[in-house]
Amino acid sequence: MALPELEPGVLPPGAERLRAEVRAFLAAAEFEPRCDAWLTGADPGFSRELGARGWLGMTLPAEYGGRARTALERFVVVEELLAAGAPVGAHWIADRQMGPSLLANGTDGQKREFLPAIARGECFFAIGMSEPGAGSDLASVRTRAEHADGGWRLTGTKVWTSGAHLAHAIVVLARSAPGGPRHEGRHEGLSQFVVRLPGDGVTIRPILGLSGEHHFNEVVFDGAPAELLGREGDGWRQVTAELAHERSGPERFLSTFALVRLVCSLAPGVASGRLVGRLWALRQASLAVAGALAAGRSPDLEAAVVKDLGTRFEREVIDVAREQLAVEPDPASPDLAARLLAQAVVQAPGFTLRGGTNEILRGIVARGLGVR
Amino acid sequence: MTVAGDRRLLEETAHAILGLDDPWPALEEAGLTGVGVPESAGGSGGDLADVAVLLRAQGYHAAAVPLAETLLAGRLLATTEHAMPSGPLTVAPGRFARRVPWARDAYRLVVLDGERAALVAPEDAEITPGANVAGEPRDDVTVRAGLASVECPVSAEDVLLRGALFRAVQLTGAMRRVLELVVRHAGEREQFGRPVGRFQAVQQQLAELAGEVAVADVAVRAALRTPDDEVAVAAAKLNASRAAGVVAGVAHQAHGAIGVTSEHPLGALTTRLWAWRDEFGGETHWARRLGALGRVPWETVTRTDTSPTTVTW
Repeated sequence: MALPELEPGVLPPGAERLRAEVRAFLAAAEFEPRCDAWLTGADPGFSRELGARGWLGMTLPAEYGGRARTALERFVVVEELLAAGAPVGAHWIADRQMGPSLLANGTDGQKREFLPAIARGECFFAIGMSEPGAGSDLASVRTRAEHADGGWRLTGTKVWTSGAHLAHAIVVLARSAPGGPRHEGRHEGLSQFVVRLPGDGVTIRPILGLSGEHHFNEVVFDGAPAELLGREGDGWRQVTAELAHERSGPERFLSTFALVRLVCSLAPGVASGRLVGRLWALRQASLAVAGALAAGRSPDLEAAVVKDLGTRFEREVIDVAREQLAVEPDPASPDLAARLLAQAVVQAPGFTLRGGTNEILRGIVARGLGVR
Repeated sequence: MTVAGDRRLLEETAHAILGLDDPWPALEEAGLTGVGVPESAGGSGGDLADVAVLLRAQGYHAAAVPLAETLLAGRLLATTEHAMPSGPLTVAPGRFARRVPWARDAYRLVVLDGERAALVAPEDAEITPGANVAGEPRDDVTVRAGLASVECPVSAEDVLLRGALFRAVQLTGAMRRVLELVVRHAGEREQFGRPVGRFQAVQQQLAELAGEVAVADVAVRAALRTPDDEVAVAAAKLNASRAAGVVAGVAHQAHGAIGVTSEHPLGALTTRLWAWRDEFGGETHWARRLGALGRVPWETVTRTDTSPTTVTW
């Protein structure tokens, strides 16, 4: 039985100076704060500006254009950007996930091609995981990878692919060999591939969200040329290794922070204090997971906890804002509160779905506890 | 002494003693009732982290002893010219104080009176007995006689803050034990031909419980690093108190009727969760204070990163 347990994280020396620099930059930057900006707030110009300041690809080594900073320094930059509701959506997946993944699994050529561009804010990535028939049950992906002309070709369809229409490349989980026998065998024969976008044999179609906004896509591969990322057949392990990073970051409790700020400024009291107190604890938990990851541990259980409780907090914020601000959600209102509320309300179903549904996450915790 | 020098040994000793039916004599014998109080002030030495080890263990075993109260009083006395007497102690934050923990059983009450403090025997105070739902004494205290008091830099507000942190630590200890009990029960109790933990409905509830425990625990551990920061302590107590309700609710639901008798170990823990979550301020009290702190929540949330880690008392 593994009980989730976390040691509080410790920010490195210099973290406060870095925080002050980011705050000064944000105070002078021009953007409208948004809810869920890390998914729906894409601004390639803003991303390049962050790259120029050294705030993208921070943990990548200098030889690949990175800044050789620590994961906890990146934590500070990222949480400041998220708390400000800044438009970080364009580079988000490349910076959070694909940079580290390419560094861990990529060839030297792939690292030289992609990593410096990621750090400059000039190369955006999408993740091709979900399919029409494979959501929570990710191992049932049917996109096929076949050897061709000394390389690989992909055939299949990915859906809910955020930002594929802006991305320069996509990392795809595909079946490169049949799965093994028994249930667990399905994790065998999966591999990750990199496909450049836009590219031959790739069709990207918008899937519009609840309020008609475009960040999701359907991505169809019809014999699209692809490069293997990492080892053939090692895709499941590579994908799951990313998950603790993907599930425990500050984006899992700050998606509606712009509303917290409004509630605190317009209606300070018990309800706003409850949000601040909860946020303080969730941030400590997230920081503790970041510290554990940086120390080389795999706090999968704790990362699942952060995402489960953090995303439910993001939704709780909406109800407190409705109660305290008494405003109707309206995406085009001149009233900031009405606009933020509208953004939050329509994005909220996604909070507890993306990156592993909360039910799947609780299943992971239950397995860790030994009851499953 | 001191066992406090070696934290692992301290933890093992604390668990061995606090698991006894009547742990107080052994606690005193081992010097654990003076941990966190300098030897020069009549204590056993050690710091707040050592105190937390003891309080977590006390909560874990639901031990019915005024350990938190004695250590709180001892640390308070260390800021005055009074030496810490031996025997159970408690703090009354004023001459008219309500629901003072363990007042009737204390050897001495440390009574705050403005900027002064006095040591008062219970027989020299008017004590109206009361209790929390765990049966722990929570007595109203009135001290009318003139007091031989000494200067004391610790205020009633300071006691509230430190008491809240202590209760929060005790809560996390008790919740850890509840988590262990509920996981064991879910693995052993069979219905419909399989352990109840095999049902997804139960698994989801247990994961919820474990999550609340983990978040409260890390919040309390983080607050212990900046124990004089109001934001850290408020958030720690708020989250521990919130978690206590969730944890007790889920644990009883998962245990079914088996858990609702006074013979089962669960009750000694959950009754304390229900009591301690409201002592030294519940969620609403601390939420109100956090809400009043400022209108820039992100600065409030991050300010504890740079709070002093030195401890005033």
